[in-house]
Amino acid sequence: MGNGTTIVNETHTPASVRGPAVAPSHLRRRASTRIKEKLIETALFFAALSSVLTTIAIVVVLVEESLLFFEHVPIWDFISGTEWTPLFDNPKYGILPLLMGTLVTSSIALCVAVPMGTIIAIYLSEFAGFRAREIAKPFLELLAGIPTVVYGYFALLFVTPILQLLLPNLPGFNMLSAGLVMGIMIVPYVSSICEDAMRAVPMGLREGSFAMGATRLQTASNVVVPAAFSGIAAAYILGISRAVGETMVLAIAAGNQPNFTLNPMEPAQTITAYIVAVSLGDLPHGGVGYQTIFAAGLTLLLMTLGFNIGGHWLRRKYREAY
Amino acid sequence: MSIGTEKTAESLQEIRDLIAKHKRWDRIFIVIGLLCLMVGVLAFAALFLSMVWHGWERLTPEFFTSFPSRKAGQAGILSAWVGSVLVMLVTALAAVPLGVMAGVYLEEYAPKNWLTDIIEINVTNLAGVPSIVYGLLALGVFVYALGFGRSILSAGLTLALLILPVVIVATREAIRAIPVGIREGAYALGATKWQTTRDHIIPYSSAGILTGVIIGLARAIGETAPIITIGALTFIAFLPPPPLTDTFPFVSFEWLMAPFTVMPIQMFNWVSRPEEAFQVNAAAAGIVLVVMTLLMNGLAIWLRYRLRKNLKW
Repeated sequence: MGNGTTIVNETHTPASVRGPAVAPSHLRRRASTRIKEKLIETALFFAALSSVLTTIAIVVVLVEESLLFFEHVPIWDFISGTEWTPLFDNPKYGILPLLMGTLVTSSIALCVAVPMGTIIAIYLSEFAGFRAREIAKPFLELLAGIPTVVYGYFALLFVTPILQLLLPNLPGFNMLSAGLVMGIMIVPYVSSICEDAMRAVPMGLREGSFAMGATRLQTASNVVVPAAFSGIAAAYILGISRAVGETMVLAIAAGNQPNFTLNPMEPAQTITAYIVAVSLGDLPHGGVGYQTIFAAGLTLLLMTLGFNIGGHWLRRKYREAY
Repeated sequence: MSIGTEKTAESLQEIRDLIAKHKRWDRIFIVIGLLCLMVGVLAFAALFLSMVWHGWERLTPEFFTSFPSRKAGQAGILSAWVGSVLVMLVTALAAVPLGVMAGVYLEEYAPKNWLTDIIEINVTNLAGVPSIVYGLLALGVFVYALGFGRSILSAGLTLALLILPVVIVATREAIRAIPVGIREGAYALGATKWQTTRDHIIPYSSAGILTGVIIGLARAIGETAPIITIGALTFIAFLPPPPLTDTFPFVSFEWLMAPFTVMPIQMFNWVSRPEEAFQVNAAAAGIVLVVMTLLMNGLAIWLRYRLRKNLKW
């Protein structure tokens, strides 16, 4: 305990001597201690506030640079243009090709991650024994910790060659393999949140279902999943946010050419991959080219924000209270 | 009478068939569930083995002590791993105090009011912001507005902001596990709030906080996109100035401002080259990177496991 202890051990003073019910001066905390306590509390408060400042700074930086960008480019051209060639002599600033790339790759990733994540979660929460769960959960966690640049290597140099055996016309850079690998990458996130939600469903609901003669699978699909729906929806939303914000797999394996297409067999560029591609070159600070990455970043932030708000709303709407 | 028994037997058979059918579905689902888990295991095995297959021969001691080079066979990861270590140092020094302080405030001090609500919602939302957006923030604030340039300091602070939510959440969870009785005991002995926090809350939650910090750093060490965004160079054939010098005052902070590269960027650079020889280097760098993050995450999982076993309030 040591130095800050303020209550001094004293000989007993009779209450009558002490007078009114105010602590005697030697029992009161020293003013210096009180000031120190207050200072520390203030310091802690500012540390907590730093996270809010981060958010404000993100918004300010993105909006400020984007506003400069929109002085050059009409906002409608940005939203509706189908050509994105900001670094050409005749620049076109239509975000749609990048948006399309993001949507196609994210959809592929979700087609992998949502079913797999849900099935793994149901299996671990409703079927697997204690030991299987104790092994599988840390393993999934380790899988989630692998750097995304490594997954990019995997997509480009392992998955794409294998896919090319099945689909001979597949180009070396394509959205399909990047999306598939991204899906595998997201599975641990989806499954772990889904599983937490399902395990939070009280045992009594399951017991009731079993008592009615339902099997495990019937209980899982008719009782547990509906009861945990808000949490499962939150897991899916997180998966979408991850997929939309994922960068390196796409920058490495999807090809870096803006491409206004829905065909996953073609190469394309996503919003995130564009930001990386521009940052790799040495763009002068302050030009329109420099501002494009902030406009792209703002689009990305608004998208993930939209998904997060949607997830919040879903969770509110379908929350089951026990 | 005999007709009734027959009917019972028939419907009994029906029920048994129904049960068998549903049990069959149970078994089918178990197979599907195991298959899905297997896909995860196989993907990981394929990822790791394909890198080992390609990159194993490059993992010589020289690989760790050579600078990147235009000749793939002589290239190494010296500047990359030194850069990673230094960036992690800055990240840890910034994120740990800030995150722990914020966590302590939210758990122990924060009054129930709208400001606290905003901070809490904000921490949750920050965890969902794509990492590349942090890179843009850093480009605008650290690189240009504050003038830190494309330095180790900028990179370390960027990653610190990125893992701040992880540290805050881990701190809060660790603190929440401490029973109220501990605090009441300290207060009953006349300890002030800060004395209670410093001498009891922080020490008792330190293992949990450490777990969170390691997980956060493991994430930071593999993070590529935000560092590319602030403009880390991909070809660095020198080391930052050493932090210790032989002249007074013996420490130098020049390294904070030095240009740098980190492991994932070095790997990205090699992957994106068309020559096969560089992709072999990428595989070797990938092995080092994966082993590093696996060790860190494994350490965190083990710590948490031990903590759960030993800690009984």
